[in-house]
Amino acid sequence: MTDDAPALAQPSSLRLTPAFLIGAALVGLHVVVGLMTLVWTPYDPTAMTGGRLAPPSLLHWAGTDRLGRDLFTEIMIGARIALAVGSGAVTIAAAIGVTVGLLAAFASRAVDDVLAATLDILIAFPTLLLAMLIVAASDGASLGTAILAIGVAASAIVARLTRILARRVLAMDYVTAARVSGTSWLGIVRIHVLPNIWPTLVVNFALQFGLAVIAEASLSYLGLGAPPPNASWGRLLQEAQATVYTAPFGAVAPGLALVSLVIGLNLFADGLRDVADPTRRRRG
Amino acid sequence: MSLIDLSAVSFAYGRGRNVLDGIDLKIEAGRNLGIVGESGSGKTTILRLLLGLARPTAGRMTFRGEGLDPGNRAVMRGFRRAVQAVFQDPYSSLDPRQKVFDIVAEPLRSLKIDMDIDDAVAGALASVDLPPDAARRYPHEFSGGQRQRIAIARAIVSRPELVLADEVVSALDLTTRIRIVDLLKTLSERTTLVLVSHDIGFVALLCHDLVILEKGRIVEQGAARDILSAPQHPYTRRLLDSTPRLMDFA
Repeated sequence: MTDDAPALAQPSSLRLTPAFLIGAALVGLHVVVGLMTLVWTPYDPTAMTGGRLAPPSLLHWAGTDRLGRDLFTEIMIGARIALAVGSGAVTIAAAIGVTVGLLAAFASRAVDDVLAATLDILIAFPTLLLAMLIVAASDGASLGTAILAIGVAASAIVARLTRILARRVLAMDYVTAARVSGTSWLGIVRIHVLPNIWPTLVVNFALQFGLAVIAEASLSYLGLGAPPPNASWGRLLQEAQATVYTAPFGAVAPGLALVSLVIGLNLFADGLRDVADPTRRRRG
Repeated sequence: MSLIDLSAVSFAYGRGRNVLDGIDLKIEAGRNLGIVGESGSGKTTILRLLLGLARPTAGRMTFRGEGLDPGNRAVMRGFRRAVQAVFQDPYSSLDPRQKVFDIVAEPLRSLKIDMDIDDAVAGALASVDLPPDAARRYPHEFSGGQRQRIAIARAIVSRPELVLADEVVSALDLTTRIRIVDLLKTLSERTTLVLVSHDIGFVALLCHDLVILEKGRIVEQGAARDILSAPQHPYTRRLLDSTPRLMDFA
């Protein structure tokens, strides 16, 4: 390690990668579309506005479903459902996971061992299976139950990641320096632990968001997600299954919507790490 | 009255054997103290005790004559204000997500010290020969030696009476070491230093007194000049023979 170069390095500058911009555009598009459905859709999503299983046309951009409803309208509403489930599930996963993970990181070894074993057992269950169990144990399938089930299932993964990251930070000399400086444990969490684990957590949240969207589509596909008339992408895919050879666009359109949102979230997450982490910025 | 007094202090991790055994040690204001020993001698543990990060399993540690009770907030606040530290690794001792200003200002904020934070941080940075605009940068924008200067600025910003430095130059190259030693020498005019190191040559440059640790016990202590000129214990002689001396190069 060498000392003082006469001049300090130039300040670092923020780097927005093309992947981040593409991800942000894809996610942004879904958000705009999802929000738009609150005030406007091309057609009434429950109205039969065209022939059954009609192909894409100027009147029906994605064609119609087996009841003659406009598929593009349903996909737009599906975006709203997907974003609601993703944000709700990630909020629940973050609230439970980060809290439990931090408690485990600060806990005594015996308590930490118990928490770590519990988390490992929960993680061993596939998210979808755990979600199905929670849905089955509740009054019935609903959007709220799906959000809760997916959020609880994802919280174990978030908790384990938080615990590992927080323990790594707590072992650093700057935390010891903070203790020597009289910073309280809550202050250490606020000033040092959360800012240092945040970039990795944000990436994980975005990945969990994508997984939650897929999980909700899977639950809806199995009839355990948002019940009709909610136009979930999973339900659209399930309905299109019987006619996939005669009217393939009924499956392709919601599938494309689902994939584009998940890819967008992943690209956005990776770029977000650069934005949130000053050490990853390049020197200007 | 001593700043810190360790009396028959022992320490063990969990139910393991003592890593420190019967330590008697006084830190007097104005007399820099060097604690020297090889790996496993108990240096780091004694540093943790002196910083109030661990409590003796036997014996007594006092600060200005009072026992250190973590439940006594007034005493602990006074202790934290009076005792600060610089750590070995300048890369892990600075929070990479904080700007230098916030790093240096942390003791002032945490201890709620009634000082103008902007002025105090600027003054601390100036004391370690860093320009004012360093405050707006992140640690990764600095070299290892500059980072150690930032860590020293953090340690002195609250104007502590005692600064404990753990192997503070061992991760630095020789040229940088000499600069940091010069800086510490200047700082020691206004604060007492306790240097913990395996390098007896380095601590001898800055310390009035030396404590030689071997396997958790003090084998020799006294004035640095006496120990360097006439070491009494074979372990001290071995340390002196085997340690490259910074003054040979300075």
